[in-house]
Amino acid sequence: MTSDLITVRGLKVSFASDAGIARVLDGVDLTIRRGEIMGLVGESGCGKTTLARAILGILPANAARIEAGQIRFEEHDILDLDEASLATQLRGRQIAYIPQDPFTAFNPVFTIGTQIDDLMRFKSPLLREGRLSARERRRADRLRVLEMLRLVQLPDPEGVLRKYPHEVSGGQRQRLMIAMALLPQPKLVIADEPTTALDVTVQAQILTVLKRLARDRGVAVLFTTHDLGTAYEICDRITVMYAGQEVEEAPVADFFARPSHPYTRKLLDSLPSSENGIRGITGEIPRLVDPPPGCRFHPRCERATEECRTTRPPTHAVAVAHDVRCHHPLQDSA
Amino acid sequence: MSADLILDVDDLHKHFAVRDVWKRKVGSLRAVDGVSFAVNRGEILGIVGESGCGKSTLGKTLMGIQQATSGRVVFEGNDIAGLKPHQSRRYRQHLQYCYQDPGASLDPRWTIRSSLHEPLVVHTELGEAERETRVREILRAVGLPETHLDLYPHEISGGQQRRVGLARILTLKPSVVILDEPTSGLDVSVQATILNLFLDLQRAFGLTYLFISHDLSVVRLVCHRVAVMYLGRIVEIGDTEAIFETPRHPYTQSLLAAIPRIGGPRVTDHFSLEGEPPSPINLPTGCRFRTRCPKAAPVCAEQDPALRPDWPGQQAACLLAT
Repeated sequence: MTSDLITVRGLKVSFASDAGIARVLDGVDLTIRRGEIMGLVGESGCGKTTLARAILGILPANAARIEAGQIRFEEHDILDLDEASLATQLRGRQIAYIPQDPFTAFNPVFTIGTQIDDLMRFKSPLLREGRLSARERRRADRLRVLEMLRLVQLPDPEGVLRKYPHEVSGGQRQRLMIAMALLPQPKLVIADEPTTALDVTVQAQILTVLKRLARDRGVAVLFTTHDLGTAYEICDRITVMYAGQEVEEAPVADFFARPSHPYTRKLLDSLPSSENGIRGITGEIPRLVDPPPGCRFHPRCERATEECRTTRPPTHAVAVAHDVRCHHPLQDSA
Repeated sequence: MSADLILDVDDLHKHFAVRDVWKRKVGSLRAVDGVSFAVNRGEILGIVGESGCGKSTLGKTLMGIQQATSGRVVFEGNDIAGLKPHQSRRYRQHLQYCYQDPGASLDPRWTIRSSLHEPLVVHTELGEAERETRVREILRAVGLPETHLDLYPHEISGGQQRRVGLARILTLKPSVVILDEPTSGLDVSVQATILNLFLDLQRAFGLTYLFISHDLSVVRLVCHRVAVMYLGRIVEIGDTEAIFETPRHPYTQSLLAAIPRIGGPRVTDHFSLEGEPPSPINLPTGCRFRTRCPKAAPVCAEQDPALRPDWPGQQAACLLAT
């Protein structure tokens, strides 16, 4: 069990909205092992960003309510930690974050160098050791920063540090975000749709860099995306979410070879390709204010039975490390 | 061939002046820099490229939202590029532009009926009863019940708003519709519904589409022909199958190689294209792709390649392509 870095159990999060209480996460289980890239896949509104934020402890305090559940990160229980120790020990140190939009993540009035210096002043891994004087540490950090900027393949690292965020392209900003996430030497990086705003050729470059650096450093990554193709590129394992519940989890090869949840199957079929043509999923994503009881996918599922309408399916193992939450999982691989 | 030619674009340019803080002109941004292509009636032409390649500016210049700097746009036999907005209005009612989310352009304080009547009031002499007949007919075509006419936009779902937005475009019986990124930002399961609607409407009304998109897998399924743009130019154009099966231009090849293909070799293991497109204010000499091109040779810095029709159903602007 020591290989598990983070385990989420039965997490329930609700948001107060005008229409009522939206149950955005409803009993989510998730495990990420050390050094693995876990893809969290789902359509908009399925709760993947909420889950990522819950792990970081940055859910909006006035709207979100954690109703139940547990998030264990190594020996810490994240939901029980107070804000101060979360901020000093975990967030930004052990658990780093790469946002979807790298532009709004920077402060537009300071140079990139200043912002990276600020990061290192508070989150440098050398702080933990505490052997060096402040001056020695700054010098050592500066070298580490330049080294990291070279690793994410930014052309002219010294020059980039003197620039303002608007002076570099979207792809370069996302490289900077990856560098800044890895500089504190975290154990887990949460990447929230990091390539959605980028063009395909830049996306391919960014994914390559992220995958290689995570591998080389043994950093685990929680990679949320709505794009199964991207998940195929970078992930070791994939978890699919639907309307606030995880429905299937499998190693990447098994996932694409033997999708077992009807929703996963339909999601794969709706990818545009010459074999599939253009096929959608009939019906609409349920409103989270009054979600359907039982399995939340049952109104759109032709395999649904009475059982599906009343009880949420437990986790079945359909293969080694391949779990599915369905009363009637698909058996064949076709 | 020329009998069913509906849109003929010849050497179209759209340059924007770049000014310093004193409003002095310091350069020009060549967003569309010599684009020529022709579209036949009933055809779906895909225009693909990465952000900043000028594909949206091209659409807006054709539409007259931006005035062309130079070049000709012959639409149904009339050159509309140089005309003032009031002169071109009667031609342009048959040329319509569909924004990314057509539903977002509905006035929240108007009923669906008012929104759908408006284009007819502006552009035609039809009486109220005739307009109502036309509006009901179009509303049925986009798959909405007539009871929706009396509702306000906030009372219907986002997908239905999209349909109303489309209906609004179709009330004027356009012959060409420019679709600007119609599926970006949609989940795959919703995307399919919208694409099928586009295809149904195209068949039902005999429409011609210019389908502007950055999503190559969608373009492959929907379009008959594809034009690939890079920094304001079409670098390759041809039949969809030819472009996807045997891309000739190195940029098209890189673009296709960058798409993740489930089950295939991973892009992250072998992707080779480096860098990002240079600024369109400061274009490289010769071929504009040469700064990133894996095959660039000295000759590429000297000559600006034109589209070569050297392959059946396919043209590419590359000196070295074979």
